[in-house]
Amino acid sequence: MTSAIEVRNLRCEFRVNGGWFAAEKRVIAVDDVTFRVPAGSVLGIVGESGCGKSTLARLILGLLKPTAGTVLVDGKRLFDLDRKARARLIQPVFQDPFASLNPRHRIKDIVALPLTAQGTFSRAEIERRVAQILERVGLSAAMGERMPAQLSGGQRQRAAIARALVLEPRIVICDEPTSALDVSVQAQILNLLADLRRDLGLTYLFISHNLAVVEHVASEVAVMYLGRIVERNETDALFRAPGHPYTQALLQSVLTPEPGRGVPDIGLGDAMPDPSNIPPGCRFNPRCRIAVERCRTVAPSPMARPPQGMVECHLA
Amino acid sequence: MSALLEVEDLVVTFGGRSAAVRGASFRVEKGETHCLVGESGCGKSVTALSIMNLLARGGQRSAKRMSFAGTDLLSLSDREMARLRGNRISMIFQEPMTSLNPAFTVGSQMAEVLTRHKGGTRAAALERSVELMGRVGITAPEMRLGQFPHQLSGGLRQRVMIAMALMCDPQLLVADEPTTALDVTVQAQILRLLATLKRELGLAILLITHDLGIVARVADRVSVMYAGEVVERAPTAELFRSPQHPYTRGLLSCVPVPGRVQRDRPLGSIPGVVPAIGPGFAGCAFRSRCSQADATCEHEIPRRQAGGTHDYLCRLAPQVSEPQPA
Repeated sequence: MTSAIEVRNLRCEFRVNGGWFAAEKRVIAVDDVTFRVPAGSVLGIVGESGCGKSTLARLILGLLKPTAGTVLVDGKRLFDLDRKARARLIQPVFQDPFASLNPRHRIKDIVALPLTAQGTFSRAEIERRVAQILERVGLSAAMGERMPAQLSGGQRQRAAIARALVLEPRIVICDEPTSALDVSVQAQILNLLADLRRDLGLTYLFISHNLAVVEHVASEVAVMYLGRIVERNETDALFRAPGHPYTQALLQSVLTPEPGRGVPDIGLGDAMPDPSNIPPGCRFNPRCRIAVERCRTVAPSPMARPPQGMVECHLA
Repeated sequence: MSALLEVEDLVVTFGGRSAAVRGASFRVEKGETHCLVGESGCGKSVTALSIMNLLARGGQRSAKRMSFAGTDLLSLSDREMARLRGNRISMIFQEPMTSLNPAFTVGSQMAEVLTRHKGGTRAAALERSVELMGRVGITAPEMRLGQFPHQLSGGLRQRVMIAMALMCDPQLLVADEPTTALDVTVQAQILRLLATLKRELGLAILLITHDLGIVARVADRVSVMYAGEVVERAPTAELFRSPQHPYTRGLLSCVPVPGRVQRDRPLGSIPGVVPAIGPGFAGCAFRSRCSQADATCEHEIPRRQAGGTHDYLCRLAPQVSEPQPA
C-alpha cells in the first residue's frame, strides 16, 4: 500500500543575514527527517516554536524546495506535479483564520477559488460544490454571502476548512488549526475535523504545540526538536511510555485541569534551542537533565522502540 | 478583615455602546492567587485594565466599590494612581516584547521603576535590579543589565517583566495572560516562578487566563467570566469538583485531558456563539447556548449559594456533584 505521505532524508537550510557586520548564518530548519504517514491516519507533530514543524509543513505542501531529500505525496514526487494537480491532492489549513482569508472577498468566493483556479468546472458545478461543502462544515448559505470580518474566529476556521476540502483532496496539512481559538470553539473545530476525516477518508498531518489536542486527534505522534524527529510512536505508546527526555519534559509541562497538583518542575533550564547554532553530539544535551559525556560528543542514531516507533537518545 | 482588592458591581463601557463589563464583583485576599477565567471578549482583560485605570481612550468605568488595601481607587486622581501603579500594584502583560521599550537597555528600564517611585541613586537601583533578576531565575544578571529586549528570548523577557514588576515590593501583581505567548515548557517555568514569589513574598496575584489547566494548578480562588459578568465564584478545588453554572460545566467538558482521552468520542463543546449584548439586555447572557434555559432566564437572574464561598448566577438550584469516572 502506498503511503499518503512519505518523507525521506529531508533537509532544509536557510541562509540568514547576521546583521550589518556579522557573518551570514546557516539555519538548519529541518535536518534529515524520514517518516511515512499511512493513508487514512493522522500523524501529529509536536515541538516548541522554532523546532521546524511549520517548515516541514511547507516542504510537504511544496511551498518550499528542500535542500536535500524527497517528499512523496500519494506516491508521487511533488515537484513532478503542476500546481493544479498538487492542489487536488493536498491542501493546508493554517493557524490564523484572520490572516488566511482575503478580507475583501465574500466567503463563498474564497471557498470557490480552488475550483475556479482549476479552470475545468462550470459555474453551476462550482456553485453546487461550494453550497455542499459550506453545509458540510456547518456554515449556512447566508454565511457564504458575508465578508470574513463579519464572521467569528470559529466560523472563519470553518470557512478555511471548506476551502481546503472543496477540491476533495486526499491529504490535509493542519498547521496549528485551533491555536488561535477559544477552548469551546476549539472543541467544535476538532470534532468537525474528526468527522470529516472519518466520512471522507482523509489523511491528516496535524501540527500543534498542544499535546493534549494531539493526543486527542492523532494515531501516531512525532516529536521534533531543533529540526529532527527525536521520537516517534503510536500515540498511546508515546504518551504512556515516552522514551526521550525531551518528550518526557513536554508531557510533564501539560497542565491538566486537576487542582491541587501544582506546576511540575520540568528541569529544562534556560538554554533555549537556536537552529543557527546546533550543539554537537545530541542536540538536546544542553537542556537534558540526564546527559552524560557521550551525549556531548556523539550524536545518537535512531533506535527502534516498540511497538512501531523510534527514539534518538543514547540513554533511552 | 477586609480584602486586599475588592471590586463590586464594576461596569465598563466604551463610547456609550454595549458594556464590556456588566456588574463584575470579586475579592482578592492578601497573599492569594485569584484567577479570572473566561474566553476572548468576556471582559477579563478590561476588568484588569480598569483596576489599573489604564482603559483605552473612551473607556468609562463605574463601580459600587473598588478598593485596594483600604484605598478607594475610584476617587484617586491620575497623579495619585500613577504613584500606586508599578509601586504597590504592578501589572505584567501577555507579550513582553510590546511592553518593554526596545530603545532602552533592560537595566535602565528596571532602574527607572525604583528611582521614580522611591528615589535613591541609580547605582542602588541597578543593584536591586541584579538582585531581583537573580531571584526570578535569570542567569548572569549583570550581563543582562546592558542588553536590549530583542536580545532576550521570550521566556527571559517575561522574567525581566516580572522582576521589574517586583522592584517596589508590590502587594498585588496583576498578570494578564502572562504565559500565553510562550512555549509550554517555558510556561511551566514561569508559573512555578509566580507560585514561588507568592509564597516567599506574600504577594497576591490576580491572574487573567483562558486556560483551565493553569487555573487548576495555580489558583486559590476562581471567578469565571462570561459576557461581562462573573457567572461563578469558588475556591479552585470546589469549582472543579462541583461546577454549578452551565457555562462552567460546558467549558470544563471542552478541555481534552491527557490520559483520559477517548479518541473516537467527540469532545464536549458549547454550541453557538456569545450573543451581542446591547443596551436594555436582561436576563442570562448564556441562555441562547444553554440546554437548560427556559422563559424565566429572560428575567433577572439570582446569585445562588452553593456552599460557604461558592456562588453562581443561574436560576437552577445547586446540584450535588456526581463522582467523576476515573
